[in-house]
Amino acid sequence: MARSQALEVQEKKELVSKEEKTVPARYYVPTTDIYETEDALTLVMEMPGVDKQAVDVNVENDVLRVEARIDFSKYEGLEPLYTEYNIGYFARSFTLSNKIDQQQISAQLDDGVLTLTLKKTKEALLRRIPVS
Amino acid sequence: MAMLSDPFDALLEFQQTLDMYRTSSWLGAGLSGGAYPPLNVFRKGDDIVVIIEVPGVRKADLQIQVKDNTIRIAGAKSVRYGDNVALHRRERRAGSFDRAVTVPVEIDVDRVTAECRDGMLALFLPRAERDKPKSITVR
Repeated sequence: MARSQALEVQEKKELVSKEEKTVPARYYVPTTDIYETEDALTLVMEMPGVDKQAVDVNVENDVLRVEARIDFSKYEGLEPLYTEYNIGYFARSFTLSNKIDQQQISAQLDDGVLTLTLKKTKEALLRRIPVS
Repeated sequence: MAMLSDPFDALLEFQQTLDMYRTSSWLGAGLSGGAYPPLNVFRKGDDIVVIIEVPGVRKADLQIQVKDNTIRIAGAKSVRYGDNVALHRRERRAGSFDRAVTVPVEIDVDRVTAECRDGMLALFLPRAERDKPKSITVR
């Protein structure tokens, strides 16, 4: 029986942004998969430890920005002894093309994985031209 | 006189502490290797709390076993796409994992609890009563 390859650890990438923030919180880049179906563009982002209420998804000037906060109160009273990963907020932004209908963006969060479905505009949908 | 406490102080201190502890050799590598999933070990009073990041792994795909003072976390992480998709970017990884770690303190196996929420698995390992240090009063 073939043994599947062991998963490698993806170390959290810290966000390097051109703009500085006024608060000293650390932001990490969530790993994202982007795939396209016939009628929508889907983004799947991994942000473990994030609750539904703590995610902010907004679109401004054709830029989709996702920001997620971790609830640090759960870590109160815990003293670190051995650590392999750091904990912080998540942020990532993408520039949307005009093929995306910005009014029809839906989001779902399951098990720390955020799925954003961006529907394409009607003009961008594939039109089949029958050959006579 | 009111003191203004910066709510980000606790957060920043925490993150800096995590960075400092990165190369600690506190934990013993168990019988099976593998670096995934990354885990953090915390101390809460006398007990140990292990927090593991497993985004996208459902409870049904996880197997946790405890024996003496070794914990084994095994499972599979799956990444599902539909059919007829054009993949533009792939950063997430999928596969199976099997990792065992040994803590250098004795734990009470019967009272170990595990909680998995939002892609974070938390294991509460209470310290065995007989392993707790005894306070000695100075006469």
